[in-house]
Amino acid sequence: MKPENVIICRCSDVTLKELFDLFEDGYETFEELKRIKRVGMGPCQANTCGKMVQWEISKYFNIPLEEALFHNIRPLTMGVKLKAIGVQADEE
Amino acid sequence: MKNKADVVIIGGGISGVSIAYNLAKMGVKDIVLIERDYLTSGATGRCGAGVRQQWGTKANCMLAKKSVEFFENAQEILEYDGDIEFKQEGYLIVGTTEEEAEQFRKNVALQQSLDIPARMLTKEEAKAIVPHLNTDVVHTATYCPTDGHLNPFTMTDAYYKAAKRHGVEVYTYTEVQDIIVKNDTVEAVVTNKGTIETPVVVNAAGGWAKEIGTMAGVDIPVFSRNHQILVTEPIEKIQGPMVISFSHNIYCQQTPHGAFIMGRGDKDATIGHDTHSTWQFLDRMAKTVTTLLPPVGDLRVIRQWGGLYNMSPDSQPIIGGTDAVKGFYMACGFSGHGFMLAPMTGLLLSELITGKTPSMPMDDLTLSRFDGKTIETKETSVV
Repeated sequence: MKPENVIICRCSDVTLKELFDLFEDGYETFEELKRIKRVGMGPCQANTCGKMVQWEISKYFNIPLEEALFHNIRPLTMGVKLKAIGVQADEE
Repeated sequence: MKNKADVVIIGGGISGVSIAYNLAKMGVKDIVLIERDYLTSGATGRCGAGVRQQWGTKANCMLAKKSVEFFENAQEILEYDGDIEFKQEGYLIVGTTEEEAEQFRKNVALQQSLDIPARMLTKEEAKAIVPHLNTDVVHTATYCPTDGHLNPFTMTDAYYKAAKRHGVEVYTYTEVQDIIVKNDTVEAVVTNKGTIETPVVVNAAGGWAKEIGTMAGVDIPVFSRNHQILVTEPIEKIQGPMVISFSHNIYCQQTPHGAFIMGRGDKDATIGHDTHSTWQFLDRMAKTVTTLLPPVGDLRVIRQWGGLYNMSPDSQPIIGGTDAVKGFYMACGFSGHGFMLAPMTGLLLSELITGKTPSMPMDDLTLSRFDGKTIETKETSVV
């Protein structure tokens, strides 16, 4: 299958070819990929593509999978409405 | 890794890549850019993605205006294959008191004298531009339609790719450990991957600018402070301009992607390099935004983070060299606004390094402006 026909990140619609292009441009890590192409930044938050991205980094740069680090996960762990937080803050 | 260069730039944020690109375009060969982590890993990648020209000092206004002129054509000039997402739908600055309105009038007069198309608005006029604005907590406003949004990641990528095409070498994941200075002249930069001999070093290290200065024996009067931002789920477009308020302590915009991004300062935040985010920020931010822009309260927060403002004594950047150490140049102390000023940062520093006359007066931007003098001009339009 051609890399341009393989979708790696379904949320942000990023193909394997686009990952390869980023590697060619000098970007080596999940942190860099997500900043430019939003890989792993959609509704699934890398639950679907995360492992595949790590696998592709590992293969391309010929490094062990455990060295192809997962991206940094920041709070919150799930979406919370701002007004719910605002009301709670008022009560404290 | 090269062991010799004509210029070594420290810092792979927007300032560093802009300086690299501008120098290369002016014909300087053997330019090396060193970044400890990855491009945009510091303040550039953590910023609010806003571009504004509504400033309170002449220098900041001029830097911002000329930078916007570049951003308007950056996609073509840099021949970028991605999208820098420059969206000019304005900045709406809202104030709460007559006292603040008075400051706004002064600022707008200064901005207009420099051909920046800013104007005063009543709160009713402000509401016409942002319908979900709660005018109960607004006294008056200013608006500049050519301010707007710019994607920090793709803008940096655009500069990076253009710089590379001009022969610039970029070393990411490479840490500067020392700067060798002999006879008050820069000689080399020591990194964890080798030493590079060079007559010129540029300090574009953002939050770590002071530490880089210390390596060269230059005392730069800047400090870094944590500043936090959050982002919501994306929704259909409901807000054109960035809404900001110094008295409410907030800036909030809807990015082209659809997410709302908002941040605020904390003058009590610890000085240093802490980039964590806190629940206290989330609480205060949620309260402020639901008061000022109530419908935004229905959006879910999905992420929050921290970054560093590198503050200078007058909240204006330090751009230029120093008599103390020949060959040592700085682009730091942007006080939270280095991203939007980067085109001029790159142009001015490149002009200074290559011995050309700078495109604008540099008196308010030199390091020596702080030499035992009391500060007369201070930028107060900072969130």
